[in-house]
Amino acid sequence: MELKPGTKLRSDVCETQVIVVRAPAGAVELGCGGAPLIAADADPAGTLDPELSDGSLIGKRYADEDLGLELLCTRGGAGTLTANGVTLAIKGAKPLPSSD
Amino acid sequence: MHALLLLDMAVATSSDRIAVQQGDDRLTYGELWASVWGAAEMVAGATHLAHIGPNGLAFPVALFGAAAAGIPLIPLNYRLSDDQLDSMLRAHPGAIVVAEPERAPALAARGHRVADTATFLEQARAGGQPGEVPGDGEAIALLLYTSGTTAAPKAAVLRHRHLTAYVLGAVEFGGADETDAVLVSVPPYHIAGVANLLSNTYLGRRLVYLDHFDAARWMEAAREQQITHAMVVPTMLARLADLLDDAAARGELDHVRPPSLRALSYGGSRTPATVLERVMARLPETGLTNAYGLTETSSTISVLGPDDHQAAFASDDPAVRGRLSSAGRVLPGVEVEVRDPDGAVVPALEAGEIFVRGEQVSGEYEGRAPVLEDGWFPTRDRGWLDDDGFLFIEGRSDDTIIRGGENVAPAEIEEVLGRHPDVESCAVVGIDDEEWGQRIAAVVVLQDGAAPDAEDLRTFVRAALRSTKTPDLVAFVDELPYTETGKLLRRDVRSDLVRSLGSTAPSAPAPTI
Repeated sequence: MELKPGTKLRSDVCETQVIVVRAPAGAVELGCGGAPLIAADADPAGTLDPELSDGSLIGKRYADEDLGLELLCTRGGAGTLTANGVTLAIKGAKPLPSSD
Repeated sequence: MHALLLLDMAVATSSDRIAVQQGDDRLTYGELWASVWGAAEMVAGATHLAHIGPNGLAFPVALFGAAAAGIPLIPLNYRLSDDQLDSMLRAHPGAIVVAEPERAPALAARGHRVADTATFLEQARAGGQPGEVPGDGEAIALLLYTSGTTAAPKAAVLRHRHLTAYVLGAVEFGGADETDAVLVSVPPYHIAGVANLLSNTYLGRRLVYLDHFDAARWMEAAREQQITHAMVVPTMLARLADLLDDAAARGELDHVRPPSLRALSYGGSRTPATVLERVMARLPETGLTNAYGLTETSSTISVLGPDDHQAAFASDDPAVRGRLSSAGRVLPGVEVEVRDPDGAVVPALEAGEIFVRGEQVSGEYEGRAPVLEDGWFPTRDRGWLDDDGFLFIEGRSDDTIIRGGENVAPAEIEEVLGRHPDVESCAVVGIDDEEWGQRIAAVVVLQDGAAPDAEDLRTFVRAALRSTKTPDLVAFVDELPYTETGKLLRRDVRSDLVRSLGSTAPSAPAPTI
């Protein structure tokens, strides 16, 4: 699917929800737990693939630097997030001094 | 990304944690969420929500409530006159106004739709039907009037995507310990007050509001509430330094300073190094962070962290020591360039105008053409980068004094004068001069009991800098004019000075006053 920043999506197999923070130029297939992500307001109907059940964590950013893709996980769940079938890695954050 | 999602996520993990409190009144994340939807129902149909008041629970409810209703929030300075507020509100005739009870009738009498703060909060707390949380961040979240120290105030436009880009770049979700608490005394009409609320919400950190700043009350609140983090503007930091020095002189430092305070950040305008050195000496367990940013950049774009402070404080190398006066290094995701008047990027150590680019940078004003060029925002601040990427801010470009063709940054002279034992505070401004274009004038507030000695101050500056940067005039005043958030009102300093000089203003060679 074509993505743009601000698009909200959810998992078809678990409680995972994401928002697109950075979108690649071309189309990309986003999945979770072995099924394609669905619209945020759709009802989940799929089954979790045990091979893709490492889970997602709320507040973590999942990215693929080569694709130019970044998702923010807004609800955690049981499924593993993927892009074009490849597991997305949590983007490491260097702690910054507290300015607020 | 939409800013309401920041709160939505915090509610999902920390519903029972205290989100905000003021005095004995508080809202958990769950209660804040309910109040936000109550507020959204109250303002349905309005084009804007204006908030006029000091810090308190109504502010987060108004900010997120406006976001939930899909309309911009306009935080206004509650110290402005009824007429000034009226003229800003007239530009937004469809707005609903939340104002303090003593202020509300005057605005209602001028034809505005006004709810007083207490009524607004009470009705909001009754809750409302939660709606969809939008994802898209294109909508306008805030219209924020800049302080306008050099020109008339104008409203910066900040979209949800600017604010969330800042939060995501600056902090980690849920990063706060359960015992963390931040004391907020910067006013809600300042970008730091807005950024603070958003980032602490995302961190899950309890936010404690102090409605009006007072050094003694601040220290008491910090001790009572076991505050771990706080943000102040430089004038507040100077008052805290005075209070700590007084306590130390009485041998009561340990009864006054807050033992829980781990992080104290400051910013908003230039902070004298002497103030920093005093605070660091009195609060050795507290990490200091200097944050530099602008309204138009969704607050902080560079930080000088606790380690940088310590390294600078401990160093004998003047270049490293000097970093205590720097704004630190830019945040990841923000780019900075220093350019000359022709737009060319200048090398390190050379001063010019600071340009910034990044997703948190708006550069948009209400009713005006966008000012970004290829994403770059002209800050109108002058400064320079050192060899290690530390950013030094000299001040507003408009404040630069051009004396005999040479650019002179007032900050550099103010820094030196501030170290003279007789000087409490000072401002350096340029005044028009037929021969030199401009001459350098220092306006000085003396320490209690110090005798005015202009020649002594000029000699002091000449020894540290050089004769072309030595004030041609030194004037003494009882106090300097500042905005509520501690920004020096240079145009008032200049006009007061010119008025006091009157028609007798001498030309060079410059005598002292």
